[in-house]
Amino acid sequence: MKSSRIPEPAPSTTLLVEGPGLHVTVRERRRGWRSLDLGELVAYRDLFFFLVVRDVKVLYKQTVLGLGWAILRPLFGMVVFSVVFGRLAKVPSDGLPYPLFSYTALVPWTYFQTAIIASTNSLIAGSQLISKVYFPRIVVPMAPVVAGLLDFAIAMSVLAVLMFYYGVAPTASFVFLPILVLIMVLTAAGVGLWLSVLAIQYRDVRFAVQFVAQFLMYAAPVVWPASLIPPEYRLAYGLYPMAGVIEGFRSAILGETAMPWDLLAVGSVSALVVFLVGALYFRRTERILADVI
Amino acid sequence: MTDIAIKVEDVSKLYRLGLQEQMHESLGGAVVSFLRSPLRNFRRLRSLSTFTADDSDAADVIWALRDLSLEVDQGEVLGIIGSNGAGKTTLLKILAGITEPSHGRAVVNGRIASLLEVGTGFHSDLTGRENVYLNGTILGMTKREIDARFDEIVAFSGVERFLDTPVKRYSSGMRVRLAFAVAAHLEPEILLIDEVLSVGDAEFQRKCMGKMGEVAGAGRTVLFVSHSMNAVKTLCTRACWLKAGRVQSVGVPLDVVAEYLEEAIRPETTREWKAESTADDDQMIRLTGTRVRPRGEQRILMGEPYGLEFTFVKTTDLPFGLDLTFHLVDEMGTLVFVGSTVLDRESWRVGEGTFTATVEVPENLMNEGVYSVARVLFLKDKGSVLCEQRDVLRFEVVNPGEGRLGWIGGKKEGVVRPRFLWRLDHTGPTPLEAG
Repeated sequence: MKSSRIPEPAPSTTLLVEGPGLHVTVRERRRGWRSLDLGELVAYRDLFFFLVVRDVKVLYKQTVLGLGWAILRPLFGMVVFSVVFGRLAKVPSDGLPYPLFSYTALVPWTYFQTAIIASTNSLIAGSQLISKVYFPRIVVPMAPVVAGLLDFAIAMSVLAVLMFYYGVAPTASFVFLPILVLIMVLTAAGVGLWLSVLAIQYRDVRFAVQFVAQFLMYAAPVVWPASLIPPEYRLAYGLYPMAGVIEGFRSAILGETAMPWDLLAVGSVSALVVFLVGALYFRRTERILADVI
Repeated sequence: MTDIAIKVEDVSKLYRLGLQEQMHESLGGAVVSFLRSPLRNFRRLRSLSTFTADDSDAADVIWALRDLSLEVDQGEVLGIIGSNGAGKTTLLKILAGITEPSHGRAVVNGRIASLLEVGTGFHSDLTGRENVYLNGTILGMTKREIDARFDEIVAFSGVERFLDTPVKRYSSGMRVRLAFAVAAHLEPEILLIDEVLSVGDAEFQRKCMGKMGEVAGAGRTVLFVSHSMNAVKTLCTRACWLKAGRVQSVGVPLDVVAEYLEEAIRPETTREWKAESTADDDQMIRLTGTRVRPRGEQRILMGEPYGLEFTFVKTTDLPFGLDLTFHLVDEMGTLVFVGSTVLDRESWRVGEGTFTATVEVPENLMNEGVYSVARVLFLKDKGSVLCEQRDVLRFEVVNPGEGRLGWIGGKKEGVVRPRFLWRLDHTGPTPLEAG
């Protein structure tokens, strides 16, 4: 038999020199925390783009209403909340018409809730991909977070119609909306990164996220105004980024209250922490994804 | 001068079997187990990703690769062969970066792309065009690269007319053709391919083989896992035979394939295992021997029943339900059947001692050919795996009538070849021609 057995490691072969045009990768067990490797993310930006496109295109395929669902979901919430909390429970609404008060909150809230649930389930749904191809896994839970922005934009346009109906004009602090959106997206991405990677190993998370989302909604000033929070707890409350975001939306769009810069300052710091820790935790755990699916 | 494209150094990969479903014989047992399950599940799920040093010999841990070292030169087309479970796909997954080795390391020198499956990430609600871009970027191409090759890809796939139709309306053949067309236009320096040429019709397969040859000719490095010995012999410049997670031999494809085939069909009708002095305390069951009956017979006649014997030592008096499961595969590694006391509702409750379990396989079931018992598992209470042994027996089933029926010629196709009962009834007169 001419073939050779090779148990002995061959004497070190060099030639594995890095240089222009050379692309050397080492596959070995990595432990502990790892950097985010932004360079790799840039290299895979087209994949990210097409995953977002896929999520957008597939979401309302084979439905009758199509994008109409992006409008109906917050609208339906608005009707229910206006009846239950506005009419029956008489929850205060900072002097605004309750439907407008709740819809303004429901637009960012619906985005947030949809994004974290979709993001949590994304890795499980994409397990086939993960076990067959290598790519930076972080694009999978991030795609639904970005894709959700289309629904968000559509729901925002309905808000314009509502404002016209109630005769409310936007205020100058409208220009701060992009900041609010950024905090909102960061928070959703951070939570999604945490939960998606946990959900792969412990499928319980898929069910738990439904309750968590519900709890988070009542914790956020969606059906009630943040002015109900006693002043001494206000800053602590601001640690919940969605508090500042939702109050900020009301201020920017309806102008009845001042822009809650205190809440936003605290909230943007905690949003950034949630996102960075989430991303790092994801990077730390992604190496086992293919093994535990 | 040849550069090294891939260098694998002492790579090992451990997998935990884990997560076996448990079955219960009584409602009471099921309730108790249900109440206890959260904590147990948590430990089990956690353990999937954590290994400690002394875990490596645990019963539910599998060494997919064990201290494997290998070098692949640039421009080489390396065929990887071996029976199922030998670690071929695991090796590719480690090189591709899909999973990490448990020990050791591999250095990859060049842009790498892997093709472990045709059409990864295809979404049935998207159109053919959209899927080309999605699949292409998943495989590591950029949008610009796909743009540049789009027409070529479409021409290769032959589905031009349906580009804007959702893929769910495609026939499975069209889907595969489109998916392979994308993959075929990957241009990495190193390409890993796992048994993907076995899809599609004969004509398409020829086209794929042609494309493979072209890729190989272009000086790119290819690692090619295949069960098709012909493909390995014709396409590869070198072959590597993996066995139980180790390199059994590497070299000229013709030689390695011959060597592999020789072992793959060498009968092994009696096996014995000595007790390993180290692992005797906590292992409750140990397989000590297996035999094909009738004893010493290397050839089983198709028309006669045969038996498989499993001798094991139970070292504990603990009264649990003991089950035995084995997998029988053919030469190609196709699973012929799973024999299990669980399926046949026949668990044993026994004390300690040495036992021999015999299972009788009925006559007129197997086709001619070489079969092996690829896995033997002992289960506790229909759940956790107490002991697993791979590749335990190999035997040949022959057709005794070969000589007399020679005019029919050769082995019939099919995994099994049951003996059927036929009947011909005369159910009426010849119908009269109308008019």
